[in-house]
Amino acid sequence: MEIYNYYAYELNSLFKSGEISASEITKAFLERIRTVDSKFNSFISIYEQPALDAAQNIDTKRARGEQLSGLAAVPVGIKDNIAVKGMKMTCGSKMLENFISPYNASVVEKLYSKDCVIVGKLNMDEFAMGSSSETSIFGVVRNPYDIDRVAGGSSGGCAAAVSAREVPVSFGSDTGGSIRLPASFCGTVGLKPTYSAVSRYGLTAFSSSLDQIGPLSRCVKDTALAYDAISGHDSRDSTSCSFKNTKCFDDLKCGVNGLTVGVPYELFSGKIDPSVEESFNSFLKKAEMLGAKTEEIELKTSRFALPAYYVISSAEASSNLSRFDGVRYGFRANHYTDTNDMYIKTRSEGFGEEVKRRILLGTFVLSSGYYDKYYKKAVNAARQIRNEINSILEKIDVIALPTAPQTAFKIGEKISAPVEMYNNDVFTVIANLTGLPAISFPCGRDNSGLPIGAQLITRAFNEQMLLDMAYTYETDIGGFSSPEL
Amino acid sequence: MQMAEYLTAIGLETHAELSTDTKIFCNCKNRFGAPPNTNVCPVCMGLPGALPTINSTAVEYAVRMGHALNCKINLVSRFDRKNYLYPDLPKAYQISQSNVPICVDGWVDFWYNDQVRRVRIERIHMEEDAGKLIHSESSDIITYVDLNRCGVPLIEIVTKPDIRSPGEAAAYLKTIRSILTYLDICDCRMQEGSIRSDVNVSLNRPGEPLGVRCEMKNINSFSAVTRAAEYEIKRQQEILDAGGIIQQQTRRWDDVKGISSVMRTKENADDYRYFPEPDIPPVEISQRRCDELKKSVPELGNIKLIRYISEYCLNEKDAHYICDDPKLAAFFDECVQSGRYSPQVYSRRIMSELAKYLNANEKSFEDIRLDVKRFNELLGEVEKGNISNSAFKKAFEFMIENDDNVKTIINDLGLLQLTDESELERIAELVIKQNPKSVDDYKKGKTNALGYIMGQCMKCSKGKADPVRMKEIVLSHLAK
Repeated sequence: MEIYNYYAYELNSLFKSGEISASEITKAFLERIRTVDSKFNSFISIYEQPALDAAQNIDTKRARGEQLSGLAAVPVGIKDNIAVKGMKMTCGSKMLENFISPYNASVVEKLYSKDCVIVGKLNMDEFAMGSSSETSIFGVVRNPYDIDRVAGGSSGGCAAAVSAREVPVSFGSDTGGSIRLPASFCGTVGLKPTYSAVSRYGLTAFSSSLDQIGPLSRCVKDTALAYDAISGHDSRDSTSCSFKNTKCFDDLKCGVNGLTVGVPYELFSGKIDPSVEESFNSFLKKAEMLGAKTEEIELKTSRFALPAYYVISSAEASSNLSRFDGVRYGFRANHYTDTNDMYIKTRSEGFGEEVKRRILLGTFVLSSGYYDKYYKKAVNAARQIRNEINSILEKIDVIALPTAPQTAFKIGEKISAPVEMYNNDVFTVIANLTGLPAISFPCGRDNSGLPIGAQLITRAFNEQMLLDMAYTYETDIGGFSSPEL
Repeated sequence: MQMAEYLTAIGLETHAELSTDTKIFCNCKNRFGAPPNTNVCPVCMGLPGALPTINSTAVEYAVRMGHALNCKINLVSRFDRKNYLYPDLPKAYQISQSNVPICVDGWVDFWYNDQVRRVRIERIHMEEDAGKLIHSESSDIITYVDLNRCGVPLIEIVTKPDIRSPGEAAAYLKTIRSILTYLDICDCRMQEGSIRSDVNVSLNRPGEPLGVRCEMKNINSFSAVTRAAEYEIKRQQEILDAGGIIQQQTRRWDDVKGISSVMRTKENADDYRYFPEPDIPPVEISQRRCDELKKSVPELGNIKLIRYISEYCLNEKDAHYICDDPKLAAFFDECVQSGRYSPQVYSRRIMSELAKYLNANEKSFEDIRLDVKRFNELLGEVEKGNISNSAFKKAFEFMIENDDNVKTIINDLGLLQLTDESELERIAELVIKQNPKSVDDYKKGKTNALGYIMGQCMKCSKGKADPVRMKEIVLSHLAK
């Protein structure tokens, strides 16, 4: 078997047993990236030499008999809105096209300390705003199942790279579904951890109260391993959780016996792509066969979720993106008359359409006279959604939903219809507004062979239950498949 | 035309930089005067991805100030973002407290115009300072940005419009400075901008509600605050007298020219789009810690001042001098507490000997060695007549520069007063014999001749003669 076809946990054990070196693993994946990435455009930057140097270091550590983690020698890709010292962090934007981060994100420090090999930075929608990965100035990310279709967004590069086996694991960010949606479109597993379970320090903020970093991979074991590597308290993030770390990989187990799965049928029944509904329903049947109990639940407040999400996330984004003003770093317009004109031209030229749309929307909803009407209302709606879902989760164990209402659509199909594009997030934003953990994993294919994702949401800090359920399903169906390239 | 009578209402918003070791949201040093952009990190430079974490010392300083100004402390307070674009503000928003500040509803008492004045405090909130723009002096019109000051912790103290005159505004600000000094939470270096004020002024006729206010921003000396307020009062008065109406404005005060000009009107006021800071959870402080911090607040200068004037009957100038320096005030209190002499005796000595010494030698109270025990002993020597007043001055100056005990100082400096009767008799006889003309003048009724004779006696005793006894003896000889 080709090296790039192995899962991360397999590579790690081959490495630890001495059957293969970190350098060999890294070379194999770099070669894979060179061979296939031109088709998918997953990567914005590839750092070959630093990756090879890091791999050699790890081989030396092994030779010295040093303790090595479960992710040691595993090549990983990082979404290009997460800071890696000495590497570009473009956020897919002209604004930061040449910005090199002078510091490491906390998750990156953790990955380095676990002896991962960072091979490069992954493509994304500009500033993580989008559901299709079409808005990057570095070009569209293409779906490995069909290169005429989108990979989903905003972490499209993360999902495509994993699906195409350019890296076994990638780390993306999820503000309204940005990990789960591309995971679903590209047939991978994607986990959005509980808000605060993973440090946001070093993640370029889009919507600070909703953003979370999480892993994407081709199997649940790798997802668990990658989640354990980055979770836990960080003193540099004031919103960070108090626990030190998780051990979901060690505790991973099959079995859903006695678990209650709540399904809000009225949310999607008859309203989504029939093949998605069919696949999702057959997943539910499988879950029942495996011993879970399903029951219908009602989410009365969920109709507020999408509007509340777009108001809150745009409001915070308008503030978070104000710092890109051309004064200290990043893009600055060439011609301007004074400071104000410099701001206007820099931001007009440096940001793309979608980012500008959200900045304008966010600025509007925070403006004096509109704050109560929009922002405050949205925050209030989010609170109601949170209360309702938390009280439901006192009675049942998980909520199950399709990840997206449809499979990967054609490139260009929705780019000029923002509201239609926003509708892709209708099932994913709930987990962000409530701060709850959610996982997406493949549950079937449509008629064109495009992957379909199922999504599970559960109580805060109960990632283990999500991983166990997905693992049970994965084991039962004999593993998730990957596309033929 | 008759000038109408107006009442003045002034409200101040005063920013004070807290003297914590590190900045409010990162671990960079909080230090004035470092080379540009050396005390900076991803957080205070506002790099993408960096996040703030709250400095708990800054929170405690703010709580202590709240207690000092009799505020209610919000055990849970919140940070908000104030959004605006300016080159010295790297995140393009300032983390501040808008809706739930750390301290609310307080007051401060201070002595002004022979009475105790009370100004209500609306709120105290925490926020971060911005950087500095340095404009090049050459012709290339380059502006440099120094981010060292970014993230220096500030508290903003906001009064109700209770201040009635520019002079009272200055007295209030001096009180705030004194309190910050007593709490040791601010360097109070005015020229470095440690304390800066926004001044709000409005006029109204008696019996009518408060008038429309105008604000002057960022004034960093107390005298400039006074001048700006005076100018603004006059400006508004002229408008009102002419039958005009005041428009709400933010004005820029030019202290060099002594005039203010419009910065912006209400219509084009900035919309800061405040919203809750999502990166910092609510700041919580326990009731126990809050109480502990309250206990840590010492008796403050403004309260001491009122006590010295109203209880000890000190004059205002002397009371101010003593209260200005917390260490001196503590010394004075200790003296009074010893109960040996009256507060006035101590304050007189402090003003006549100590103040003069410190002034002449450009020293402050903490540079010298003065303790209550030796001070009382030395005063006792004067009281007992063992040393003269002029000897006291010499001994005092020696004492505050050395640790020797009082007896040793008096002996070593040879300051003991001459009280031996036979010696005084001898001196009187000698001087009278040597100055027959003066004796003659005295006997003819020229009383000032006595002064000359006494002077000669003191000179003859090398200044040590007990002047009271000496005079008695001289008089008895002259009467012969």
